[in-house]
Amino acid sequence: MSKLLVSPSPHIHAKDSTKSLMLDVVIALIPAVICSVVFYGWQELLVLGVSVASCVLLEWAITKYMLKKPSTIGDLSAVITGILLALNLPYTTPWWVVFVGAVVAIGVAKMTFGGIGQNIWNPALVGRVFLLVSFPTYMTTWNAPKGLFGADAVSGATPLGTIQEGLMQGASVQELTSAYNYKDLLFANLGGSAGEVCALALLAGFVYLCCRKVIKPWITLSIFATVALTSLIFWGINPERFTDPLFNLLTGGLILGACFMATDYVTSPMSLWGGVVFGVGIGFLTMMIRYFGSYPEGVSFAILIMNSVVPLLNMWFKQKKFGRK
Amino acid sequence: MAKATFSIGGVHPHDSKISRECAIEQLPLAPTVYISVAQHIGAPSVPCVAVGDKVKVGQVIAEPGGFVGAFIHSSVSGTVKSIAPRADLAGRASIHIEIAVEGDEWLESIDRSDTLVTAIPDDAKAIVDKIRLGGVVGLGGATFPTHVKLSPPPGSKCERVIINGCECEPYLTSDFRTLLEKGEQVVVGAALLQKAMGGVPCTIAIEENKPEAIAHIREVIGKLGYKDMDVMVMKMMYPQGGEKQLIDAVMHRQVGSGALPISVGAVVQNVATALAVYDAVQKGKPIIDNSVTVTGECFPKQANLLVRVGTPLQYIIDYLGGIPADAAKIISGGPMMGRAVANLQAATVKGTGALLFLTEKQTRRAPETNCIRCGCCADACPMGLEPFLLNKLSKAADWEACEANAAQDCIECGCCLYSCPAHIPLLDNIRVGKGFALNAIRARAAAAKAAAEAAKAAEAAKAASPVSSSEAEKSKK
Repeated sequence: MSKLLVSPSPHIHAKDSTKSLMLDVVIALIPAVICSVVFYGWQELLVLGVSVASCVLLEWAITKYMLKKPSTIGDLSAVITGILLALNLPYTTPWWVVFVGAVVAIGVAKMTFGGIGQNIWNPALVGRVFLLVSFPTYMTTWNAPKGLFGADAVSGATPLGTIQEGLMQGASVQELTSAYNYKDLLFANLGGSAGEVCALALLAGFVYLCCRKVIKPWITLSIFATVALTSLIFWGINPERFTDPLFNLLTGGLILGACFMATDYVTSPMSLWGGVVFGVGIGFLTMMIRYFGSYPEGVSFAILIMNSVVPLLNMWFKQKKFGRK
Repeated sequence: MAKATFSIGGVHPHDSKISRECAIEQLPLAPTVYISVAQHIGAPSVPCVAVGDKVKVGQVIAEPGGFVGAFIHSSVSGTVKSIAPRADLAGRASIHIEIAVEGDEWLESIDRSDTLVTAIPDDAKAIVDKIRLGGVVGLGGATFPTHVKLSPPPGSKCERVIINGCECEPYLTSDFRTLLEKGEQVVVGAALLQKAMGGVPCTIAIEENKPEAIAHIREVIGKLGYKDMDVMVMKMMYPQGGEKQLIDAVMHRQVGSGALPISVGAVVQNVATALAVYDAVQKGKPIIDNSVTVTGECFPKQANLLVRVGTPLQYIIDYLGGIPADAAKIISGGPMMGRAVANLQAATVKGTGALLFLTEKQTRRAPETNCIRCGCCADACPMGLEPFLLNKLSKAADWEACEANAAQDCIECGCCLYSCPAHIPLLDNIRVGKGFALNAIRARAAAAKAAAEAAKAAEAAKAASPVSSSEAEKSKK
């Protein structure tokens, strides 16, 4: 008789692995990546390439030389961090700024805490916010998309930035938003970070992830609902001062953040109600920052703030145990 | 209408019922059988034969060792060769009665004809007693003595008998074949259980992946005309056949932590048990054989075999052509809850339902990686537990926290480990925590019982001699 394996049950395993889940997220991001390259041209491809390559290389180097552990780049999570970081940056960002962002995202926000699964904050967002406060010039000079084969770039501000500035100068929201039509926002944004260019491409990825049951929709939907409701209330009270719900849903990277950053497994709550509270918190904080804060958009900060309370939400909101009150 | 299923968690493993077309066939008798005296939950039985005795098929060879115990009958006719410790399926030694097979001579009291006896005796007690004498134990896996389950503690009342025909484990088909080939007997067995519990309604729960069985049993119930008996079609979902899950699915009631099904008015019996009840009550035939699915993609010949209790596994495997070269693991039971077999010389017991052969590719565990906090384990847990948390608490040896987070409620269904994308051995660790939590609970219960008894004794002593006790108090002062 040859050797038989003996181990405790169960003896079979579902096909899912960390890698297969992460691969699904990469696939879901492809439409947005293609869109951003088409709208912003080859410069965007450079940002994406530098970001992904440096994230993966950094994780490999840190596991090999600093932690002296088996490499974890095979799980593809560094690839996702790279793509998300790139989609959060303007396509004009110099390559070395992108690299610094990757160092902060992977080196500080992820590997310092122990690598995948251990980080408290979404690595790509930490990288992005670090760049936002350290290199405001690169991060806020937005150029309107020129397209892959398009004409020369036209300098301009993002819709939310324009409005913030306009409001400070005393203009009304109606005057300021009249320049944008929602079809532009839905299909090809005017100015903004790469990931904001095409809401439909992002939503397609989100639907793909939900269908593959990689993520559950409630976090994203509660963010959308809260943003819509909060802005509806403020806009209803004073349309001169506050922007309308649809405008808020379609701008400022809200869709990218709600679909791909807030739903990150590691930094979001596990239970249904925990997720809903998390989403409501992000939506509400985003709107407060947009309406009353000094930054024109607040999705990144809102997500990072809510990331910090995830351990509490996991403790407070638990599934009802079978046969127990 | 949405098909019924339990309310929390569950997973969908591929059902892999590749032996579903194989009719149950009789396995030829082995030259020697080894019948364990510890093949049920409860006290091991006490052998009542001696070496050299001649026994017949169906003759009692061991008697119950306590109330929670079962009779054990000879599954063959022949001579008792030895009564000695022998390694069981898991490799642990327990007393086995070795019988050399000589012919196939049955006790005269056993009705071996094929006639279906549909008349249900009037006396519920007599039914339960016949079940006890037939050595019937739960054949769904737990092998809990059936007569104990049918004797509810005072104050509790059965409201529904559930016959478990879910067979939610992948690969297993013996219950399915039993429903198809011995549907009449199963239905009569269900009627007997109904009667034993005082004429309560009965639900036969069958998962939707067995449409032939559902149609057949419906037809049989119509033909035999038993009242208050119906078939409930269940959604395919593992672990539907878990007792607590099935009660939740059928009756929408949740059995509390540490409580018995009877506390919510339910009695659950497996299809094979219902058949054994029929045999024991109507035919005078104790459990001497049971259907075993022998299957696996790497196994050349799928089969559902009727195997005499005590047949060595090696004999069954040789009959079907030996172990395939690429088989890496042999499992007694299904792939989710079955036990890996270390010892092919071990013999079958009443509860052996399947022998499954898996290749290394099918069964080898992938290396463990970091938890990504996806919550898949918590979503999958049918008891609503948090496997990721219990895993950590177990590893930290914090048994109090394990108990506070209900590790003792774990039914070891394996859904957490099955679904974990990081391949963390969740259940392996949780089992440890569950063990310690249960020990703590039992120790407290025993201490409370001892304290109550001591108080009672003191009370009694006080009542018997009030003077002396008051004197004792005085002397204390």
